[in-house]
Amino acid sequence: MDGQIQIGMRLWLGVVGVAASLLLLAPAEAASGRLLATGGATSIEGAAGGGLVPWAVISGYTEDDQFGGTVTLSRAQVDDYRLDVTAAAFSYGNRFEFSVAQQMFTLENLGAELRQQVIGAKYKVAGDLIYGNIPQISVGGMYKRNTRYDLPQAVGSERDSDWEAYVAVSRAWLAGPFDRTWLANATIRSTRANQTGLLGYGGDLNDSHELQLEAALGMFLHRSLAVGVEYRQKPDNLSFAREQDWMSAFVAWFPSKHVALVGAYVDLGEIAGARNQTGYYLSLQASF
Amino acid sequence: MTSLLKLTSTMLVVSAMAMTLVAVSPSARANSLYHDLGEREGIEILMEDLLLYVAEDKRINHHFVDIDILRLHEKLSEQICELAGGPCVYTGDDMVTSHTGMDLTNTDFNALVEALQKAMDDRNISVGAQNRLLALLAPMHGDIVGR
Repeated sequence: MDGQIQIGMRLWLGVVGVAASLLLLAPAEAASGRLLATGGATSIEGAAGGGLVPWAVISGYTEDDQFGGTVTLSRAQVDDYRLDVTAAAFSYGNRFEFSVAQQMFTLENLGAELRQQVIGAKYKVAGDLIYGNIPQISVGGMYKRNTRYDLPQAVGSERDSDWEAYVAVSRAWLAGPFDRTWLANATIRSTRANQTGLLGYGGDLNDSHELQLEAALGMFLHRSLAVGVEYRQKPDNLSFAREQDWMSAFVAWFPSKHVALVGAYVDLGEIAGARNQTGYYLSLQASF
Repeated sequence: MTSLLKLTSTMLVVSAMAMTLVAVSPSARANSLYHDLGEREGIEILMEDLLLYVAEDKRINHHFVDIDILRLHEKLSEQICELAGGPCVYTGDDMVTSHTGMDLTNTDFNALVEALQKAMDDRNISVGAQNRLLALLAPMHGDIVGR
């Protein structure tokens, strides 16, 4: 079992490493066709977005026929748990994004950990974040799987892997209230994941996909610094412990088109019987 | 219950943000933008700086090699002055006519926006004034790109 995890980990690190070196080989100016911050940050599941929510934006700064990508390290630390995420995304133009994420969720009181891998794709179907009359509309899909399933299974999860699909709409207003640039995003996701999939997929209370609403609103104090909030509705499939919606209040800093740093206060509610899980979130993204 | 509370508090914050959207009207502020950009002289310097940044930018400088740069500077200054609510009349061609055949891309358009942002930073133009000018220019995207 442990050997399997080791091999899985090594394979994963290999994939991320190869992706990162490919991205480094890409010419530096290949991925600079978009304006600062228009690729957003990297959400915990690897898709471009905020922290908790995938947005309609395409990762990085690729526009027209450019390709590029991002590599991200994130951590959420709440009272009894810690989530560590390693993610990478590849993008083509302002059109398509492919992402991978490896999540490790540490149950600090139990000395145990949960692991989830997420592979995602996102396609912009219409509109634009800034230009024209139609907001940017993207569709996305995620394949998620638990690479350690003993605990999810013990608490009543029905399966160790599953698909999700979402539609996201994003729009920026260059000179909104207070003459600041504002960004709004709404995402509808079809999911049956327990705690985003960290505790498996489906349960005794519900085993079908449900539509959940996720949203974000941000304001740019200036073009490299934004503050905002996110909300993520979640299913409640397991009778062993209730699951609650998540929210965050974030600060995102884009010192250049190569780096983004996000800090947030997160409220993850009740997780596996432990109530009021609040804490901080930090994410560092490099773009190529 | 706490979930409901959380949703309610988030909705309150969001609706408060949405209400400010309605409360602040962008109308009747154009003239102050003209002032914030430094009026006619400030705009002319701004457009000069913009063209200097364009000349340095390999992504777009090739679009500007065979044109009368002094005329472009004059027309740009007129156009920005008029857009900002200043006492100018733009005497150049409309955006579709002046960009047809150039086959400009989104990258080109964004590169020009970035040149303008850098030029405005250099002139210490406030974030608010920068955003107001960009909001006036962004609707031209469809008339300029892909023509």
